[in-house]
Amino acid sequence: MRYAMVIDTLKCVGCSDCVVACQTENNVPHGYCRDWITESVSGSYPNVELELKSERCNHCDNAPCVRCCPTGASHIVEGGVVLVTANECIGCGACIESCPYDARYQHPDGYVDKCTFCHHRLEKGQLPACVSVCPTKCMYFGDLDNPNSEVSQLLKNRKYKTLAPEAGTNPHVFYLI
Amino acid sequence: MQEELFTSGRHIPHIDPSLEIWHWPIALYLFLGGLAAGILFFAALFYVLGKDREYPAAVKITSIIAPIALSIGLLALVYDLTHPLYTWQLYTTFRIESPMSWGAWVLLITTPLSFLWAFSYYRESFGKIETKLKLFKRFKFLNTFETFVIKNRKNIAYALIPLSLVLGVYTGILLSAFNARPLWNNAILGPLFLTSGLSTGAAAIILLSKSVTERHLFGKIDLGLIIVELALIVHMIMGYYAGSQVQLEAMELLVGGDFTLMFFGFVVLLGLLVPAILELIELIGYKVPVIVPALLVIIGGLIFRFVMVEAGQLTRYLY
Repeated sequence: MRYAMVIDTLKCVGCSDCVVACQTENNVPHGYCRDWITESVSGSYPNVELELKSERCNHCDNAPCVRCCPTGASHIVEGGVVLVTANECIGCGACIESCPYDARYQHPDGYVDKCTFCHHRLEKGQLPACVSVCPTKCMYFGDLDNPNSEVSQLLKNRKYKTLAPEAGTNPHVFYLI
Repeated sequence: MQEELFTSGRHIPHIDPSLEIWHWPIALYLFLGGLAAGILFFAALFYVLGKDREYPAAVKITSIIAPIALSIGLLALVYDLTHPLYTWQLYTTFRIESPMSWGAWVLLITTPLSFLWAFSYYRESFGKIETKLKLFKRFKFLNTFETFVIKNRKNIAYALIPLSLVLGVYTGILLSAFNARPLWNNAILGPLFLTSGLSTGAAAIILLSKSVTERHLFGKIDLGLIIVELALIVHMIMGYYAGSQVQLEAMELLVGGDFTLMFFGFVVLLGLLVPAILELIELIGYKVPVIVPALLVIIGGLIFRFVMVEAGQLTRYLY
């Protein structure tokens, strides 16, 4: 089993519903977020392109945050989900420094927090909150090891990219382009 | 003109628009850790070589700085943690891939050893303070303890030589292990921080030494270390130049960017080149107040840590 998220940048309108759903579902403290929208405009006028992306922890296979954690609070569970055990975390910030995606933040209670792919929902067989609320249905979630899953099929048939692949982290959030 | 404009919907303090998780305590610790590593290395080395009578400042007197520096450094580290009550979790595991785990364990062993080393020379080097405090009269067990520590001095010295080197390298590896921060992510940072630490350690010995021969010897050692450090800095800059786009952008902070004056003015010129020239002039035979180059080296080392910690956090992958 290898969980992965596939996000269609051609369908995303940048409404931030995923951000709000995550904040509500996971009781994210005010002023913080586990996922966010980036809007990038590239090219030279008049040939410009707009790209909207919903970003979050990439649940990397080669996760630098897990590698550099001195206590083992950051760890990978079944399905490739990267989690933080709050009462093992000392709040040293090494994982935040190590993340090429800046996906982690220090929770006001001291420990480091991040996207969990809504692990508590996955255990109940539900989709992550962000995926379940997306009004344009541009987000897909599933098992990459299953060749017939929706995410596997999308990655087979569509062009996609990952973020900062040169960082060598083998990220598992894919963007259809 | 090709342009790319990013608008982020994220509002996380200390992460957007640029990362600022590590502040002055980390920079201060990296400096103090390096300084203590340098002092302990020279103390242990010259003791093992049997030169403790010839070079009393290196072996006996300056070693009082090491436990103080390590204690302040450790306090700074714990102060920087946001979940400090869980610090003990560091010692429930050893994670071979995490430089911070290495550092935590090395500090756990080195700090008490540095206290023991300084304690073993306390009565000998700081007799005046002892006659005032009368600690050994008040607490009788200190006498037996002192005899025990003095008997084991050689063992402590043999342990301190590798430990101090690991401590000195670790202060650099701590930063260089993060591939997400291109300015830090080069293999030369470990040796560079070790050299800088040894150099500041030698400078501290020069400051506290009363004998001319000892000052001259450590002047020579410091000069050699400064030359090595300059060479390593040249290699570091060359490495950025030969690197990928993210490393080129990182280097621009030091060469032509916001940190140019701090790096080339205060670290390279005032912290390395000027003291090197002053130490050279002194070795030739002219009179130079030794306090000047020694202090410049120490302050330069401190500024170097601040520049690297602050600038490194401005660099990242762009995607």
